[in-house]
Amino acid sequence: MKIAVCISHVPDTATNIKIGEDGKSINPTDVTYIINPYDEIAVEEALKTKEKVGGEVVAISLGTDANKDSIRKALAMGVDSAVLLKDENFRDSFGLAKALAEEIKAQEAELVFFGKQAVDFDNSITGQLTAELLGYNCVSVVVDFNLDGNKITAEREIEGGKEVVETTLPAVITAQKGLNEPRYASLKGIMAAKRKTIEEKEAVSSESKIEILQMKKPQGKQAGKILGSDASAVPELVRLLKEEAKVI
Amino acid sequence: MADKILVVLEQRDSQLKKISFEVAKAGSDIAKSTGSEVQAVIVGNEVADLNKIGNYGVKKVTVLKNSELVDYSPSAYSKAVADFANEVGANVLFFGNTALGKDLAPRVAVKLDAGIAMDCVELNNTDGNIVATRPIYAGKALIDVQINSDKKVFTLRPNVFNPGDPSTEDAEIVEKNIDSPDLSTKVIETKKAEGKLDVAEASIIVSGGRGMKEADNFKLVEELADVLGAAVGASRAVVDAGWRPHAEQVGQTGKTVSPNLYVALGISGAIQHLAGMRSSKYIVAINKDPDAPIFQVADYGITGDVFEVVPALIEELKK
Repeated sequence: MKIAVCISHVPDTATNIKIGEDGKSINPTDVTYIINPYDEIAVEEALKTKEKVGGEVVAISLGTDANKDSIRKALAMGVDSAVLLKDENFRDSFGLAKALAEEIKAQEAELVFFGKQAVDFDNSITGQLTAELLGYNCVSVVVDFNLDGNKITAEREIEGGKEVVETTLPAVITAQKGLNEPRYASLKGIMAAKRKTIEEKEAVSSESKIEILQMKKPQGKQAGKILGSDASAVPELVRLLKEEAKVI
Repeated sequence: MADKILVVLEQRDSQLKKISFEVAKAGSDIAKSTGSEVQAVIVGNEVADLNKIGNYGVKKVTVLKNSELVDYSPSAYSKAVADFANEVGANVLFFGNTALGKDLAPRVAVKLDAGIAMDCVELNNTDGNIVATRPIYAGKALIDVQINSDKKVFTLRPNVFNPGDPSTEDAEIVEKNIDSPDLSTKVIETKKAEGKLDVAEASIIVSGGRGMKEADNFKLVEELADVLGAAVGASRAVVDAGWRPHAEQVGQTGKTVSPNLYVALGISGAIQHLAGMRSSKYIVAINKDPDAPIFQVADYGITGDVFEVVPALIEELKK
């Protein structure tokens, strides 16, 4: 079976985000980019599934040459081949999903893994949009995945519990933390990844439905009152929570 | 230009969820401001107390009904909602940014060819256009966005849009049967974490970090949460250490939360953690290290030992 895994290249979560001069994007100076943490979980699940049912895994990423770092990471983990859909411009999730859906179709992948969200724009929808565009079934925010022939049983995380979902291939699965523990790339894997070619294509064009009018920093929360350094400050804390904040 | 607004409500076990009132109120407020019509829709079977949606300014609610639709089915729900939106000519849809809303809204958006703005924390009427503000990078930055397609879908972050005091007005309830729903993807069972509040829904959260020293000491965090009626949260460090389940993780690779009160115990406040909780209305920090970054966002701080201060706090609250 052909399995696809879609990869985002995002700022490291330790990055202190600064707004760029255009006021609509971030200032990329001093920003380290990494493979989206949830996508590593998606890669792991794709590899585990291949190890169980056979087939091959292709990684697909949309962006610039910089994305190759994250693609190589996936290749080093054991992904068989990779495609970079080249686009220098901002795309909303819809535009991203359109290009990914085209490539998934071209690859004839029946099972597609995404991270449940990219930790840059935090939309959490690219997997669902892509599934819907392809007419594939989809289970999002998955913490347990089982494939038996054509049948999928997955658990998705919801508020205060989990839902057990049944569906069939072809399908898109979006991976949540807890689904698995992503493997480390072996030295052999890293060496092999260097030799693999990343196929490059122009991403199909798509007009953005979303317009960013302004990017801004959240209003800084002011440091408040230090009430003391031991338990003697507790009565005052409780009084403030009741009378000033009125939250308890 | 006046819109036709549709607010999509949510039920679990046939009870309306709190987010439904928040979305109804936000939808009716923006409708008032732009001179638009607003109505509500919900997928389910026998949903209790639907008339109460009228208390929040929406006068009509349609139940898309089938006994098979009590539990979520992405395939059936998305088709039912998109068909209904087309039938009534709705061009603006609001969902809650919940587990269900995040799954359902994008599917409906594709069926309607609508642009979609997720996790909005503010809606404004700018010359008749809805401008939404949404956090990115887990709240390290915000963007103001406008959707330029004819149809628009917005999801609203829970706990942010205050539904205010309910009026006494009832909504008109219309029932519409959904025949032979597409159940190709369906929830067959729901496993509840017994008696536990989820951080994404709680109005008070008590979180513990590495300063709790070991997994066993989270009893103290749980006890304080119990007294406050709060959910238990955790920092990434303690989740990675296996002390707490990842469902409790607050921060950039966990959940982004905005409770009324966030109590951080033994949490230093790494940038990933601050991003996930800094929009809390009130923050209390208890940490031995006076230089911990958590104090930069805390409204009230105690620079003391959690093992001394927290038991005293529990005692004081029990009084």
